Amino acid sequence: MNTWINWAALGKIVGIGLLAGAGLPALFAIGLRLVTPSSTVAAAAGPVGTFDASGSSAGRGPVALAAGGFCFAVVLAALGYGIFLIVDH
Amino acid sequence: MNKRWTLPSGYGRNVLAEYGKDVNSDGLLALVVITALAFDFTNGFHDTGNAMATSIATRALPPKIAVALSGVLNLVGAFLSFSVAATIASGLVSSGSVTLTVVFAGLVGGITWNVATWFLGIPSSSSHALIGGVIGSTIAAAGFSAVKWHGLVSKVLLPALLSPVIAIGIAAIGTLMLLRLTRSIAERSRTRGFRIGQIGSASMVSLAHGTNDAQKTMGVITLALIAHGTVQPGAKAPDWVIISCALAISLGTYLGGWRIIRTLGKGLVEIDERQGMAAESASAATILLSSHFGYSLSTTHVATGSILGSGVGRRGAEVRWSVAGRMAIAWVVTLPAAGLVGAGAEALARGGGTAGLVVVAAAMMAICGGLFLASRKTPISSANVNDEWGSGTSSLLSPAAAPAPVAA
Repeated sequence: MNTWINWAALGKIVGIGLLAGAGLPALFAIGLRLVTPSSTVAAAAGPVGTFDASGSSAGRGPVALAAGGFCFAVVLAALGYGIFLIVDH
Repeated sequence: MNKRWTLPSGYGRNVLAEYGKDVNSDGLLALVVITALAFDFTNGFHDTGNAMATSIATRALPPKIAVALSGVLNLVGAFLSFSVAATIASGLVSSGSVTLTVVFAGLVGGITWNVATWFLGIPSSSSHALIGGVIGSTIAAAGFSAVKWHGLVSKVLLPALLSPVIAIGIAAIGTLMLLRLTRSIAERSRTRGFRIGQIGSASMVSLAHGTNDAQKTMGVITLALIAHGTVQPGAKAPDWVIISCALAISLGTYLGGWRIIRTLGKGLVEIDERQGMAAESASAATILLSSHFGYSLSTTHVATGSILGSGVGRRGAEVRWSVAGRMAIAWVVTLPAAGLVGAGAEALARGGGTAGLVVVAAAMMAICGGLFLASRKTPISSANVNDEWGSGTSSLLSPAAAPAPVAA
């Protein structure tokens, strides 16, 4: 029994930490990618005077929007759980 | 609701035995309470950067809005501290040797080190400053045998060594993934999206900071009150303690330790919104999980590690390891340096009676006031916090301003 380092707790902190600390932002990025139009479209919608002829005005389909929304919902739920942990601590 | 603010019984009895009937105890109690609130205040401005430096550096938030948001969230967080333990450095020093004078001297050590490192623009751990101060004053009062070395290593030193490494890893992996995943998103939408993500994750860090750090001061004051006999052991921490501690840390945060914010936001890595979100998410996750598993980590060590990690995870990004290295030296020095001040303060205060206490308090105020005045010569404020690193307003951590500013 090691009294200096609690390896079990350390493992959980690293493991869950990776899921929450790196996984959630990644999920946020996926959500953002799903709900935002592709780069060419966004450039076309840029400030007046921007020259861009390539963009079609096609937005994202409802499935992509819903999936993106789901990603954001999971991130928000995790945030809520984090606040619960603070309060419950 | 009945269980709110409940204190473990038994704490502070020894202090009660020693000081309860002392004629000066009212004055000493007032001195400890005021000093503890002053420490809480320095804790606030010293740590604003942990949460907000990245959002300020990427201009996701205007500097003044960022510190205001962090101040409010620290206030809210402090009121969320439902279980205040009336203790100081528990498990690190034998509770039998903690007297009111020891607590006072320890706080003096913590404040002095916090203000000195703020002046130098070094993000060092406020918790370590307090722990170091108390250990030093305990050694001066009761000798080295009063320190629980095993607790010090396993609860303070090892976590301090491991937490920045964990934070670097999580933030680096997060940054790597974010950069890959967002390649195809147009810059405008990306910037807007990640500004929101960055502010959200930084807010979690602020909230967690308010809860963790304000609670420490609440515990110190409650311990002093129990020692004085004003509060019964096992009773709730009085409302005014909660309110005053919450206000002190929040006001300190709002003041913004611009010198430290600058070092964290501009000195280590040039970051964009995605790196900012990766860094703050890594910090929030590491801090919350660790406190959930019973480790009270230094928010500063974690935040610094996360910011470094966000540079490590980005190929080609410049990470100023020399700045990080000098910072790490300051972290190592924090415990002994605050300890030396705490020890000196304890010896003076105990030896000199009331006059000794006054001298210590006056000396601390003189040092802090002097550093504040000296800081006016190289002011860093919301106006120049985002200037290029290495220009005239850099902290002493930057080589350009190192030993003496050379005329350019």
